[in-house]
Amino acid sequence: MIRVQAEDFDLGDELKKMTDGNTGIGGLCSFVGLVRDMAGDERISAMTLEHYPGMTEKALADIEKQAHSRWNLDETLIIHRYGRLKPGEQIVLVAAASAHRGSAFEACHFLIDWLKTKAPFWKLEDTPGVGKWVDARTSDDEAENRWNKPD
Amino acid sequence: MKILYFAWVREAVGKSEEDLNLPEGVASVSDLVAWLKQQDTGYETAFADNAVVRVAVNQEYVDLDHRVSNGDEIAFFPPVTGG
Repeated sequence: MIRVQAEDFDLGDELKKMTDGNTGIGGLCSFVGLVRDMAGDERISAMTLEHYPGMTEKALADIEKQAHSRWNLDETLIIHRYGRLKPGEQIVLVAAASAHRGSAFEACHFLIDWLKTKAPFWKLEDTPGVGKWVDARTSDDEAENRWNKPD
Repeated sequence: MKILYFAWVREAVGKSEEDLNLPEGVASVSDLVAWLKQQDTGYETAFADNAVVRVAVNQEYVDLDHRVSNGDEIAFFPPVTGG
């Protein structure tokens, strides 16, 4: 399941809903991304996440589909927030549930790495006096590349 | 065609979207970029370095040589930074 929303989410509730009623699940792995209070050596007071409504949902659905084609998964969940967020707030949740832990761990890691380079979101950081668009990082591309299968 | 701009590309262009009739001689995304750059300095700033602008046509990532037509939704934006 994918959700793109402005409002916060309750981690415990979301994870419980994924496994409720499915006793075949043996492992559930989740990752939560939070707003940091520092950008490099500058303190930030808030961050605004912009996205591309329509394409965002398509991209996330595609990322989820990719995960299901690569691992044997019972459930996956991607929640990504947009709008203005303060340090400490939750930005993103990805989770994968499977019969065994190996698939759950790997799929969870894959979901966040792929999302970072493919989902059309942009972060604008409020640093003292000025808003600064976050640059894409080559380390994110490298993180995604290790999941690219040779043709 | 509908053209959308996001993040600093939107700020440079000065608008988030616009409707346009396919200009004469424009067949690909790179033709469209070249045509836009002739219209206003905002586009020149936004597309100063094509290598840092990503393109989606009908909500799918494409390359600059992708063909465009009048019914398309074309979006220009910086490399993504979500997660």
